Amino acid sequence: MNVTLTLNGRQVTAAVEADDSLYTLLRALGMHSVKCGCETTNCGLCTVHMDGKAVLSCSVPAARCDGHAVTTLEGMQEEAKRLGECLAGEGAEQCGFCAPGLMMNVFALAKENPHATEAEIDAYLAGNLCRCSGYVSQRRAVKRYLESMEVQP
Amino acid sequence: MARYKDYVAAQSLEEAYALNQKKSAVIVAGNMWLRMCGLNRQMAIDLCRLGLDGIEETQDAFVIGSMTALRALETDAALNAAFGGAFAAALAPIVGTQFRNTATVGGSVYARFGFSDVSALLLALDAQVVCFKRGAVPLSLYQKEPWDRDIITHIRIPKGQRAAVCSVRTSATDIAALVCAAARSQAGMRMVLGARPARAMIVADALAPESGADVFEAIAARTPFGSNLRASEAYRRKVAPVLMARCAQACREVTA
Ligand SMILES: Cc1cc2nc3c(=O)[nH]c(=O)nc-3n(C[C@H](O)[C@H](O)[C@H](O)COP(=O)(O)OP(=O)(O)OC[C@H]3O[C@@H](n4cnc5c(N)ncnc54)[C@H](O)[C@@H]3O)c2cc1C
Ligand code: FES
Ligand code: FES
Repeated sequence: MNVTLTLNGRQVTAAVEADDSLYTLLRALGMHSVKCGCETTNCGLCTVHMDGKAVLSCSVPAARCDGHAVTTLEGMQEEAKRLGECLAGEGAEQCGFCAPGLMMNVFALAKENPHATEAEIDAYLAGNLCRCSGYVSQRRAVKRYLESMEVQP
Repeated sequence: MARYKDYVAAQSLEEAYALNQKKSAVIVAGNMWLRMCGLNRQMAIDLCRLGLDGIEETQDAFVIGSMTALRALETDAALNAAFGGAFAAALAPIVGTQFRNTATVGGSVYARFGFSDVSALLLALDAQVVCFKRGAVPLSLYQKEPWDRDIITHIRIPKGQRAAVCSVRTSATDIAALVCAAARSQAGMRMVLGARPARAMIVADALAPESGADVFEAIAARTPFGSNLRASEAYRRKVAPVLMARCAQACREVTA
């Protein structure tokens, strides 16, 4: 079957199988920022936005995306650069494998709660697992990013 | 991972119900659990186009569409104001925000997971499960029944209650080792224990709101618990009175 979705602002039509996930579809469409860590909805690595909400692409049926808007990190490069600088500045990454999913969820947080406290940051990002950072530096980086958004020109 | 040959986004409940009468079909809601089940079915019936997501407040109840995401319940101001913030407290520990943006209340109720925070709270609140063919069924009954081929359309929660939830988790975002939910209405306080590790059950009904430690210890002593990877039976029995006391206290505070 075919699905037509708005991917990073552009309309795309693609053929999908009945049991394909959105993750599979996005990879097939060349969105290589989207990664799969667990495929069991636990790690947050496959996070993308669907109609502006952060979702786990490993579990959204691809067929369900027909008529919807999907955004990946490829479509948020400006924000990614800014957040990337905060992550690097706070030493919040080692291998960087978790970064695409973390970033997409941070962008959702920034939209929903731009003045999030540390506790709110922790709660919002609880579903983004990281094997390297220990989370404290990530929290600092996210705080710095949210603050930088407040003074954004 | 689940495998399907056909995918149908049902256009009506009648269509979804008719298609679902075949054993080779399966209803898809949030797909979070199903995805992991390793099912191999002919047809996936998606309920996403039926307008079943939404929270409606009527004079005497909240009526929640079965496709409503857990995150919507967690963040709904009216629902949380009515029940003392219990939905936010119960749902926030479940995996992560992205997960709760997609996992649904209908999928949670249908699946009847023993570890369910959702079912424990809804059971304490005396919720009804509204099914397409059967109509409204008390969750206390539905919860004990085997899986059927009807479709949950709504969950109905009567107003006029205050609720609280406490859980113990061995690590954040893991499923609970024990869940306690309490709801206080004019009839008294209802206490539910879930993740025993079996399905949530009402362990006391119409309790006096000022019940103390001795009452909770007696309840824990007669409640069936078991052991699994997350906690032993003895641990659960020991912790249960503490969770019950905390929930009772929280219900008293929000009522005051
Ligand atoms: C990794 C993981 C961790 C979890 N941790 C927790 C936790 O800590 N606490 C907690 O409470 N829950 C937890 N859950 C359960 C979760 O909250 C949902 O209950 C679960 O994902 C099912 O909801 P869903 O919308 O994804 O349903 P699906 O996976 O789509 O469906 C689940 C079942 O319900 C059926 N179904 C769905 N909707 C309907 C309907 N309207 N009518 C009839 N049948 C229907 C489906 O056919 C299927 O059999 C966890 C789940 C996962 C995968
Ligand atoms: S790959 Fe989707 S949550 Fe881990
Ligand atoms: S930096 Fe390695 S997993 Fe997060």
